[in-house]
Amino acid sequence: MSDVLLAASNLTKRFGGLAAVDDVSIDLQLGRIHAVIGPNGAGKSTLTNLLSGDLPPTRGRVMLNGADATGRNPEQLSRAGLGRSYQKTNIFLPFTVWENVRLAAQSREPHLLAWLKLANNFRSINENAERAIELAGLAQRRNAVAGTISHGEQRQLEIAMTLATAPRVLLLDEPLAGMGSAEAERMVQLLLKIKPGHAIMLVEHDMDAVFALADRLTVMVNGKVIASGTPVDIRADAGVQAAYLGETAYE
Amino acid sequence: MSIKTHLEILPGSLRIVLGAGFVALALFPFVATDFYAQMVARMMILGIFAMSVDLLLGVTGLVSLGHAAYFGIAGYALAFLSPQDGPVNLWWSLPAAVGASALAALVIGFFVVRTKGIYFIMVTMAFAQMVYYLFFDNKALGGSDGIYINFKPDAVAFDLGNKLAFYYFTLAMLLAVYVFLRRLLFSPFGRVLAGIRVNEHRMRALGYGTFGYKLAAFTLAGALAGLAGYLGAAQTGFVNPELMGFHMSAHAIMMVILGGMGNFAGAIVGAFTFEWLLHFFQDLPQIGSFNAGKHWQLWIGLFIVLVVTFASRGLLGVAARLVTRKDSAQGSAE
Repeated sequence: MSDVLLAASNLTKRFGGLAAVDDVSIDLQLGRIHAVIGPNGAGKSTLTNLLSGDLPPTRGRVMLNGADATGRNPEQLSRAGLGRSYQKTNIFLPFTVWENVRLAAQSREPHLLAWLKLANNFRSINENAERAIELAGLAQRRNAVAGTISHGEQRQLEIAMTLATAPRVLLLDEPLAGMGSAEAERMVQLLLKIKPGHAIMLVEHDMDAVFALADRLTVMVNGKVIASGTPVDIRADAGVQAAYLGETAYE
Repeated sequence: MSIKTHLEILPGSLRIVLGAGFVALALFPFVATDFYAQMVARMMILGIFAMSVDLLLGVTGLVSLGHAAYFGIAGYALAFLSPQDGPVNLWWSLPAAVGASALAALVIGFFVVRTKGIYFIMVTMAFAQMVYYLFFDNKALGGSDGIYINFKPDAVAFDLGNKLAFYYFTLAMLLAVYVFLRRLLFSPFGRVLAGIRVNEHRMRALGYGTFGYKLAAFTLAGALAGLAGYLGAAQTGFVNPELMGFHMSAHAIMMVILGGMGNFAGAIVGAFTFEWLLHFFQDLPQIGSFNAGKHWQLWIGLFIVLVVTFASRGLLGVAARLVTRKDSAQGSAE
């Protein structure tokens, strides 16, 4: 499949004797959302950290856009077109929404030696930042200080910053965490909007959102993949129901 | 979660006050005695040094406890470049001395900038102590006694030996460094440094090579400290290892915290206040058997504790609060 932008094969991460991620393979395709679900401690966040370069894998390989990206650091992967959002909101709290996103956009054209030109005067950076803010639905809040906006808006900002770096591959670590139902619905709409141009991995606990968004599902338990397939397959999988989905998905 | 906002953009009325302060500095030699003009020139030199510390401390969030090393290296460079029997030309010796400090900061920065937090503090201090003892223990480098600089650098167009000319040259340097750093603060480079202070991890995830940015800031701060060190050595006509000592580094940090971090104006205000307090407390009278002046460090320490406790954004933060309160009071009256 030529549309596979990120392919991880046989990834393992050991912390001492514990295999937090154990022989996991996952493909992310352009225009598709691949959801990773599993109970707490299943290794979903560790997997995200392995793919984003925040942690080096003990074993296994990561291919990004056809090139070997195993063991590269977050800066290099970001420049190679990978963007991630964090489970715990990770933004610049004292800066305005605009400055958060503008700084993200600036990373694509750093202007290392422009020491005397004002940062706000670079047109293409501003346009990229503006587009990301618009897309994330934060245009009304652009001058608010990031630390003062609501939790849901901070999650939107997180996505806007990631989008401003113009990534092709997106790793979204629980973008709906802690959101009310109205906010969650807005986030689902946002993810549907950005889906066509990106290859997305979605780690999420909200099963309604997962089944509304995902084209493929991978279920992890204790660091291992116990099932992978289309939402229909996963729903029907007896092992998954026993291990994890249980009643919650069918309430 | 509390948000620590730095005072970066100065309120309009505060800018007017700072502008008035600059005019006062320009007029000061006409109304003051030679002694006080010299003292203010020294304050301005320390103001440049404090601004260079602020670039690391207030903007990038790097606490260097060894920044005096770069102040001292440029001073020593002037001492070595000055012949015994005449002055050295200002226009090449100044860039050379600043370059020596920048080079030292680049090399040392290459090692220290990799470390974080408490380790960064310790390693910057360790390197500065190494530089200190390199000069302290080497007779060829002046040893513990230091070196005299018998002639002020030759500026060709004007005479730095003239105290008034030296005063205005220093004032021009102070203003140039301030304008440059203010501009830098709002440039793409400056915004990245601020981003590193607030959340370096996120900066890396956004694709910024933070090591290079921090090293550039460290080198630039070293160069500007060198400018101050050169002027300081030229003014006193004398260098010794104390210029690079721990106290010098610590005082500079106190100046920046006292004045208010992250906007460079605070660093200047802090340098002036610190130096003035130092003289003020040293001149305290003898009360009975208690010599208050001898314990000046105690009073300065107390003062800084008070400022940090009650005004965490420093003296400039207090001033900004006063003027913005007045502004908003006027706004609501209209």
